[in-house]
Amino acid sequence: MEQPALLEMQNITKEFPGVKALDGVSLTVRPGTVHALMGENGAGKSTLMKCLFGIYAKDAGTIVLDGKEVDFKNSKEALENGVAMVHQELNQALTRSVMDNLWLGRYPKVGGIMVSEGTMRKRTREIFDELDVHVDPKAIMSTLPVSQRQMVEIAKAVSYNAKIIVFDEPTSSLTEAEVEHLFRIINMLRQRGCGIIYISHKMDEILRISDDVTIMRDGKWVATRQAATLTMDEIIKLMVGRELTNRFPPKDNVPGDVILEVEHLAGKYTRLKDASFQLRKGEVLGIAGLDGSGRTEVLENLFGAMTKESGTIRLHGKEIKNKSPREAIKNGFALLTEERRATGIFGIRDIKENTVISNLNSYLRGGLRVNGKQGSLYLSEKAMKKDTDWAIQAMHIKTPSQSTQIRSLSGGNQQKVIIGRWLLTAPEVLLLDEPTRGIDVGAKYEIYQLILDLAKEGKGVIMVSSEMPELLGICDRILVMSGGQLAGEVDARNTSQEEILTLAAKYV
Amino acid sequence: MNNETKVQAKEARVRQPWTAKRVGNLLLNNALIIIMIIAVIYIAIKNPNFTQPASVINILSQTAAYLPAALGIGGCIVLTGTDLSAGRVVGITACISASLLQNAANLANKMWPEIGTLPIIVVIVLAMLIGAAVGCFNGFFVAKFKLHPFIVTLGTQLILYTVLLLYVQMGNNKGMAISNLDPSYTGFVKGSLFKISGTPVPNYVLFAIVLTAVMWFIWNKTTFGKNMFALGSNEEAARVSGVNVFAVTVGVFALAGAMYGFTGFIEGARIGSNTANTGLNYELDAIAACVIGGVSFVGGIGKIRGIVIGVLMLRLIFVGLTMVGVPQDLQYLIKGAIILFACALDMRKYLVKK
Repeated sequence: MEQPALLEMQNITKEFPGVKALDGVSLTVRPGTVHALMGENGAGKSTLMKCLFGIYAKDAGTIVLDGKEVDFKNSKEALENGVAMVHQELNQALTRSVMDNLWLGRYPKVGGIMVSEGTMRKRTREIFDELDVHVDPKAIMSTLPVSQRQMVEIAKAVSYNAKIIVFDEPTSSLTEAEVEHLFRIINMLRQRGCGIIYISHKMDEILRISDDVTIMRDGKWVATRQAATLTMDEIIKLMVGRELTNRFPPKDNVPGDVILEVEHLAGKYTRLKDASFQLRKGEVLGIAGLDGSGRTEVLENLFGAMTKESGTIRLHGKEIKNKSPREAIKNGFALLTEERRATGIFGIRDIKENTVISNLNSYLRGGLRVNGKQGSLYLSEKAMKKDTDWAIQAMHIKTPSQSTQIRSLSGGNQQKVIIGRWLLTAPEVLLLDEPTRGIDVGAKYEIYQLILDLAKEGKGVIMVSSEMPELLGICDRILVMSGGQLAGEVDARNTSQEEILTLAAKYV
Repeated sequence: MNNETKVQAKEARVRQPWTAKRVGNLLLNNALIIIMIIAVIYIAIKNPNFTQPASVINILSQTAAYLPAALGIGGCIVLTGTDLSAGRVVGITACISASLLQNAANLANKMWPEIGTLPIIVVIVLAMLIGAAVGCFNGFFVAKFKLHPFIVTLGTQLILYTVLLLYVQMGNNKGMAISNLDPSYTGFVKGSLFKISGTPVPNYVLFAIVLTAVMWFIWNKTTFGKNMFALGSNEEAARVSGVNVFAVTVGVFALAGAMYGFTGFIEGARIGSNTANTGLNYELDAIAACVIGGVSFVGGIGKIRGIVIGVLMLRLIFVGLTMVGVPQDLQYLIKGAIILFACALDMRKYLVKK
């Protein structure tokens, strides 16, 4: 236990205009151990790592690496001194090849300026063989599935022969088998005496892989414990700073009559092959499955965001087409997309615009009134403000004002704005794709409550999630997708994670 | 393991049936080349002179004259940028090159009578350095202040026009066209070392070939080239991998500037009579050639081969249409249509059908 520390970060402080992102945080990593760094979103984990890596300049504090004080000015310096990082967002040059990405910033040279392709290929193969990664070094990045791109990123970090490797949410796009593979790689690195810093939200992973756990909250250090002495509930308690007795709100919605019937839905260009199911009024229907099993495709085909090959959709017994999102919205559908930042929010626009964007027609005023229909000359600012106020209150959105840029809110509040946006269109069927992805524990509870409230109001909710406990916690029934097909349907009250996993593997 | 996958990939390729869809895709992906071949055959039948050596050499020479600027601008497009200042840089360097290489025998018509005729190599280096300096200026604003290259180079373009207008009024010139060039200069550029079927091939064709080879080497074989593509593909990835983003950006613009400078040196002699309008709109032709050749505004994608084909195609169409008697007025319409068609075809590759 009392080995000299490999990395000691002492009293790191970092201030951004108006926010103290880090306040005297300390972290000690021993050689040959995995040190988990936990905390809610915005707790300062990534900021701390960016200070270590030289992406941000720290305002105060010291970093001692291998007995020497260091202060990296940029990532290049960090990499050269044995600190590597697997970034949370996949930062890759997608139009370039695997090996071009792997050696980016340190291409093996011949004759001073020329890049030696041969050496690059050979060394790439060596690293892939060592790590048991099966990816063609010459493949173009954009042609690879996300999980393989993730493995390339991991191989890249390892290839620096770093003493300290930071993994920032490395498993978010990996399948179970690939997570096992990653853990084998981490164990190998641990045996070599590397210090690993592992950031993740997934408690079971943390408890399995790590030796020490440091928990942060609101930019401050909260606790450092040995992983073996911690339980999941204790971690949550330390992260949230209060006792979370229930992770899920009480389920008191009552499913009624069938409102939506879907038969043999299949995508034209996407991997959805066959799905038939029904949705009841006031029901929360979950969709489980591995990444790439066609979960998202069910929602997006239903919503008209993807082109359907075949299948019939009946709403209240009447057949509808939903050829485009416009048509789907008119038919009373709403879709909360999977990638909030990419396809959900309009980042630089304010809360008000983000709230009313799907419902603009109802704010039209002025102009000529024809046949009793509202004229449509301009958008009423007053009406939009009123609806935005309603959304802020009903969704409990924490924002300084309506004119705040949405990107400056936390993930949970952004998600609430988008849910508010859809509720303004008065939908009957809500399609939620990973509604709690990247949202911290406290805010998750509020989102769950919102979902159950919607069901109680008589809306039908279909919810895709890769987090099994949340599906079990708030759904009535769960559909399990596997290899683009519906593999089965289970009652959320009388099922287990094992049953769902078995179904998820049915057509793999 | 790796050989196995290779073999499997090969087999999969062979086993693919020749469906109508696959043939259609193949035709669409090579549509530009196919259209070019059809156009060449049509023009050749309509006007047999088109395939005569004189005409072929003419097309090649014109291609060679426009190529260096396109090669330079290609790098800016790979960085998801552009360069609107190219034409003015060509203008300035053409006027400077011409004014420094005027015939000393005719002193009265010399812009700078007090300067003798400078060695050609000095003027080439000077022209390229001036171009590179403007490129550094552009690159600095792009890299330092994160301004879009469109804005930066629009500003530079305007600034340079004033510089150019002032320059042609300096010395003895008083705003006249700069001509009366030294024979050594025109001979170096327009003279020829060899003939093909009796038609001399001007030297600047050879220069263009050398520059193309150098640029190909830089793009494909050097760390600078690889960093450029990585940067165009994903700037953040390049940054966290330790690439000096600032230096690479400035470098790409400076290299482009040097290419315009060289083009200016060639144009000075090729045109022979240089005014403030020399080089006008060269950037637009160069950008058009790049996008036709598949250098994508998406960033991180482009090949030297494509740029050469793009420039060649534009010249082919201009010369060819004139030879079959299509009025000049119509040629812009055809050029515009080709650009739109080429870009639509290009984007087709990146569109993911959902």
